[in-house]
Amino acid sequence: MALLEVKNLGISFGGLRAVNAFDIEIEKGQLYGLIGPNGAGKTTIFNLLTGVYKPDEGIIKLDGENITGKKAIDINKAGIARTFQNIRLFKDMSVKDNVKVGLHNHHPYSTLEGILRLPRYFKVEKEMDERAMELLKVFDLDREADLLASNLPYGKQRKLEIARALATDPKLLLLDEPAAGMNPNETKELMDTIRFVRDKFDMTILLIEHDMKLVSGICEKLTVLNFGEVLKQGDTSTVLNDPQVITAYLGE
Amino acid sequence: MIMMSEQKKTKGKLKLNKVTKNDLITYLMVVIAYVIVEILLKTGNLSSLLQGLLVPLCTYVILAVSLNLTVGILGELSLGHAGFMCIGAFSSALFSLGLKDSIANEGLRFFIAILVAAASAALCGILVGIPVLRLKGDYLAIVTLAFGEIIKNIINAIYLGVDSHGIHISMTDTMSLGLEPDGKVLIKGAQGITGTPHDSNFTIGVVLILLSLIIINNLVHSRTGRAVMSIRDNRIAAESVGINITKYKMIAFTISASLAGVAGALYSHNLSTLTALPKNFGYNMSIMILVFVVLGGIGNMRGSVIAAVILTLLPELLRGLNNYRMLIYAIVLIAMMLFNWSPRTVAWKEKMAEKLKRTKKEEV
Repeated sequence: MALLEVKNLGISFGGLRAVNAFDIEIEKGQLYGLIGPNGAGKTTIFNLLTGVYKPDEGIIKLDGENITGKKAIDINKAGIARTFQNIRLFKDMSVKDNVKVGLHNHHPYSTLEGILRLPRYFKVEKEMDERAMELLKVFDLDREADLLASNLPYGKQRKLEIARALATDPKLLLLDEPAAGMNPNETKELMDTIRFVRDKFDMTILLIEHDMKLVSGICEKLTVLNFGEVLKQGDTSTVLNDPQVITAYLGE
Repeated sequence: MIMMSEQKKTKGKLKLNKVTKNDLITYLMVVIAYVIVEILLKTGNLSSLLQGLLVPLCTYVILAVSLNLTVGILGELSLGHAGFMCIGAFSSALFSLGLKDSIANEGLRFFIAILVAAASAALCGILVGIPVLRLKGDYLAIVTLAFGEIIKNIINAIYLGVDSHGIHISMTDTMSLGLEPDGKVLIKGAQGITGTPHDSNFTIGVVLILLSLIIINNLVHSRTGRAVMSIRDNRIAAESVGINITKYKMIAFTISASLAGVAGALYSHNLSTLTALPKNFGYNMSIMILVFVVLGGIGNMRGSVIAAVILTLLPELLRGLNNYRMLIYAIVLIAMMLFNWSPRTVAWKEKMAEKLKRTKKEEV
């Protein structure tokens, strides 16, 4: 059984059919790419998968559980975490605290325990600190742990967003244009990081990306979207050599 | 040499982390200010005018700090903070007056009165928050503004009395309460509550300031505080990592309201006659508290304390200058605003802080 199963997903905004009859199946551990021209509906699909929008029709199943139409927080609890195309960090909080917000639901203690500083507060906070530093180390951000998130350079902000998403311990990680605005060196480094995350955390990753070098470099399967519909689906090399895909998106 | 550097390392580990240290400095400042004032009081160096200002001063500090929780940490604008103070003031005064004879122990009575104030203000916070905090945008500012005015006007219209049959409430006048001869009127409409026991004093005020600061600082540096700040910084991202937006907004807003209620209890037990005037519980009061918060630095608790103290004392200290009083007050407001918020002074302050750090390191 596939980890993510989407059937016949669709949504309209007024008269505009943004996504229509969208199907996708992602196996556990796969690195899956979602590509297509601007306005094809890629981010809309992410928003549908994470509960920002409610689909007009279709079914979304994660690990066999039907999560269609659930609220964003419940979908996160079910196991989908994401990053955003325009970075959305908690910019006035420290780098470490950003990750600790991600850990929120996995390391609970009550508000009262926090205010009264009962023993549980210290115990759980210590666990959170250790876990947060572990995650930051993976992304080579441990030395910046006490900086404000907004003071990080662009590439590191992207990495921090991934770290924060991973902190929620997801089954499926959605990355929305992780390489946007990065130079070739940063992109290469990011490719290694994504691969590393997949191997180390045994993660399934679905990513939107325009950088074809990154897509062809790490994605095992691709779905090409055009005008809200699936244009082509399959192994990366097959899809990228498809004449239809070349005319619609890649260009000659 | 090596041993020394090793010693320093362990010392560094034992050191409190920066955040805790910052909080402790604030508490210490309050305690030192308290000791200085007490010494001035004992040696008789404080004018009676300033003496009368001490408890209201504590009230304003608590109000400023509690509003800062809503404005600075939660990132919502509340324009009716005086309304929550009003609720706390009247509910606790009513409690103390009603049970003046039943509870003889002053300390215990005031302690319960404070709890009553906190609980009733928190309840109002929840009632206001349930519909409003679900919305996005500046609706909270509009609703709290209306709430403050409504509370003030309702209290001005209420008559409440007790007799052997129980509690009587009327909205017209004292006569229509229909009290038995043994009954007594507790709230007399626009004349308010008279005869509240004089239970609060400067020491209790300072203790309450410290408690409010500890509650808020501990909250901010806990899991709950991080969740609240994440909503302030980016609501969509907070939702995407599984933060329950409404729940944490409610928690922060309710705690903020209940602390304002505590300030109200402190305020009302300092006055023999408590009336709901525009001056003490109206819109102007709410704005004044907001001015403390903004000038002290949004999200900066120590700044709120300092701003509340300076801006309350200033008009009194400048009394001798008569006509120029408000002029100087306005200039101080502008100067504080520039010092705290203008990009140039902010950059300058950062530069100085860095220099200080570097010289310290070199000394080491």
